[in-house]
Amino acid sequence: MRCNCYIPSGCAISGMMSESGERMDGNAIIRSIALMHDRSNGLGGGFAAYGIYPRRADQYAFHMMFDNMEAKEKCEEYFNGTFDVVLDEKIPTRPGAVFEEDTSGRYPEYGTQPIINPPILWRYFIDVPEDKTKFISEREYVVENVMDINSNVDGAFVASSGKNMGAFKGVGYPEDIGVFYKLDEYKAYIWTSHGRFPTNTPGWWGGAHPFCLLDWSIVHNGEISSYGINKRYLEPFGYKLELRTDTEVVAYLFDLLVRRHKLPIELAVKALAAPFWKDIDKMPENERKIITAIRQVYGGGLLNGPFSIILGHSRGMVGFNDRIKLRPMTCARKDDMLYMASEESAIREIAPDLDEVWSPRAGTAIVGEMNGEVEA
Amino acid sequence: MSSQIPPEFTVIIDYDRCRRCRRCVMNCSFGCMQFKDKVVPEHKKCVACHRCVTYCPESAITIKKNELAYKENANWTPEMRQNILKQAETGGILLSGMGNPRPQQILWDHMLIDACQVTNPSIDPLREPMELRTYLGRKPNHLDFTRGENGDIELGTTLQPQVKLDVPIVFAAMSYGAVSLNAHKALAMAAKKSGTLMNTGEGGLHTDLYPYASNITVQVASGRFGVHSEYLNTSATVEIKIGQGAKPGIGGHLPGEKVGDEISRTRMIPVGTDALSPAPHHDIYSIEDLSQLIYAIKEATDYTKPVGVKISAVHNVAAIASGIVRAGADIVTIDGFRGGTGAAPMVIRDNVGIPIELALAAVDQRLRDEGIRNNTSILCAGSIRNSGDVAKAIALGADAVVIGTAALIAMGCRVCQKCYTGNCAWGIATQKPELVRRLDPQLGAERLSNLLTGWSHELQEILGSLGVNSIESLRGSRERLRGIDLDEQTLNLLGIKPAGIGQ
Repeated sequence: MRCNCYIPSGCAISGMMSESGERMDGNAIIRSIALMHDRSNGLGGGFAAYGIYPRRADQYAFHMMFDNMEAKEKCEEYFNGTFDVVLDEKIPTRPGAVFEEDTSGRYPEYGTQPIINPPILWRYFIDVPEDKTKFISEREYVVENVMDINSNVDGAFVASSGKNMGAFKGVGYPEDIGVFYKLDEYKAYIWTSHGRFPTNTPGWWGGAHPFCLLDWSIVHNGEISSYGINKRYLEPFGYKLELRTDTEVVAYLFDLLVRRHKLPIELAVKALAAPFWKDIDKMPENERKIITAIRQVYGGGLLNGPFSIILGHSRGMVGFNDRIKLRPMTCARKDDMLYMASEESAIREIAPDLDEVWSPRAGTAIVGEMNGEVEA
Repeated sequence: MSSQIPPEFTVIIDYDRCRRCRRCVMNCSFGCMQFKDKVVPEHKKCVACHRCVTYCPESAITIKKNELAYKENANWTPEMRQNILKQAETGGILLSGMGNPRPQQILWDHMLIDACQVTNPSIDPLREPMELRTYLGRKPNHLDFTRGENGDIELGTTLQPQVKLDVPIVFAAMSYGAVSLNAHKALAMAAKKSGTLMNTGEGGLHTDLYPYASNITVQVASGRFGVHSEYLNTSATVEIKIGQGAKPGIGGHLPGEKVGDEISRTRMIPVGTDALSPAPHHDIYSIEDLSQLIYAIKEATDYTKPVGVKISAVHNVAAIASGIVRAGADIVTIDGFRGGTGAAPMVIRDNVGIPIELALAAVDQRLRDEGIRNNTSILCAGSIRNSGDVAKAIALGADAVVIGTAALIAMGCRVCQKCYTGNCAWGIATQKPELVRRLDPQLGAERLSNLLTGWSHELQEILGSLGVNSIESLRGSRERLRGIDLDEQTLNLLGIKPAGIGQ
């Protein structure tokens, strides 16, 4: 099922977050991404949702895609020696789902491409056995095994591997994918979504966005022109970049900079979408020192090329653009809600009455942070 | 024994045009032009330096290859036969100046650069910022941050010294002795003007150049000429020279006749003595010895300057470079088999070492595999001919490139390969005062700066067409290179795909 070609793509992205931690069902995010239907071409769509498994919040939720039963068995064998699987079940779906039929039916032009031929979609709630983490942190252990499964277990793909979150993605229009995965039945405090316009046919469900590792999720509109060096920069740190999607490097870079190197997220964004030297030279001394060092040390991680990205993680959501804003992104706030989308219309569609709407400057991170506890 | 070697060139004077101004006679530093009622060339002495051709006001001089000097033979080429004749007459080692001129494959010319179309936009460097700034020096693998008392984020890591380059191109090591003081001055002024570095080579630093300290790399080579505490500290970086691409494993020799007052003082040797650089450093017989010298220099400069090591590209260059980085070098300079020289035994220059493209690719990959690529900067030397070569070298993994011959050509050099004779008609590779003064340092500096400016603009165009706006997004990005007419093994060694393969 894996396509070995690299797929440049254009896209639509949308994200919404309740900073107070209130959970909302998936209808709104589906409507938001559906409005940008024309930005996708039916070859990929997906969602990331945070807060969907409150009763299993302590376990890593592995959303898996398998080509066939053999791959599933092989992967389960792999899990046997590696993790304690507390619960495993089929991910509920509506086969043949289309947005038009299963929701309000407001968009008659939609629904011409029902979701068919999914891989085997299964989820596993997993504990890491204590004896496995004597010499390595638990999260590092999970990362290593995710990498291992993706590269070495034929026909198996880890779509997401975080706690109390999950990725729902596949080949099709995003609104149809949302209906297919019954997202109207989940409640989350952060939703991000992605509609894809790849310029050739991947036919591979794993290649859709969001791209996830641990609780990181990335939806990304654009192309990383610096992919070549970003990949070579990450490899010595143990990341295996075999999915041939440039979005992968964004997720790994955040994992490296924030989780492993412990950079504050704002500074990680400064490394990935760095300010220009002409501006750095004018900064106050402390800031200039910090940003100069970041550019000197993390030059290999600088993301170049056109992009707008929404990063999700369990405590928040971060949106940012490339250094000269070659892809669109609009942000908005209403009460405790933060919205980000490729187009303002996608936000107005679900929240017509907003407190504030703005287009963030190039390279500036818009950070949504949880200020409350997640509603159970 | 009278020489049987036929002249290499024929000098043709158009007597109809010649006004007998004798300018060619004055300009020829090889004694080829004589005046006997009219200009009479002695063909044998012509080296095709084109000084007379350039300065003849009537364009009356043409220099041609002496076509039938030798009967044609694809195997026994004129050069082969000339060399044998020379050695039969002298019994000596054949000397030559400049880099290897032989027609081995030039790998730069077998690499092509990518560009953006539709899915990612190209960027217009005339409208958008396009950054070439590069910092040389050892970088840590990660940074630590702390919260200050007022809650501000502060940098917790102290970085080792970093040297800023405005263009990722530095001037190669060429010693005062091999080249003239005016050439050194031109290089230093241009380095300052263009925000880059010149390199003293192993001949010390003339006091006239002390004001340019922040744009100078001072070299410590096996002869230790001119090395003293003030010298080490009058610099932006210090370089330990182990090897040179044109003559790996070979030392150097500045004949006593070139050692006048100024060179004597600068090199700290008596006037008229030969300056012999031994093949190895006699205090470096192993990697641990090198490490001691690196740290001795760091101590002497109070850890304020990056200390680099220059090696020639030999078969095992990747492992050697790795050892050098682990020994403490903040910069590794690799000089390929086409690298230039003032004088080298021809047999070494033409037969020893490996192409810089392969060496660079191997070193960069090896350092990444070992997780120490960030701990050093890589400088790539050995025949960088244009900005396309620069872009390709950086894409293969170099932090910056080094230009020697290109810089000399910018100053007027015609690549006649007679640097070792001391007769350079262009005032570059000579110590004769009447020749040295032909090179105006101001003008030389302007020409050098112009070259760097031109190449910078071209690099910016290349970056823009690649859809990136900073040089670090090209650095090591081999995905943006493709090979043509290369075998699979070479492609693998370069770490690039053949043209025709997409992403």
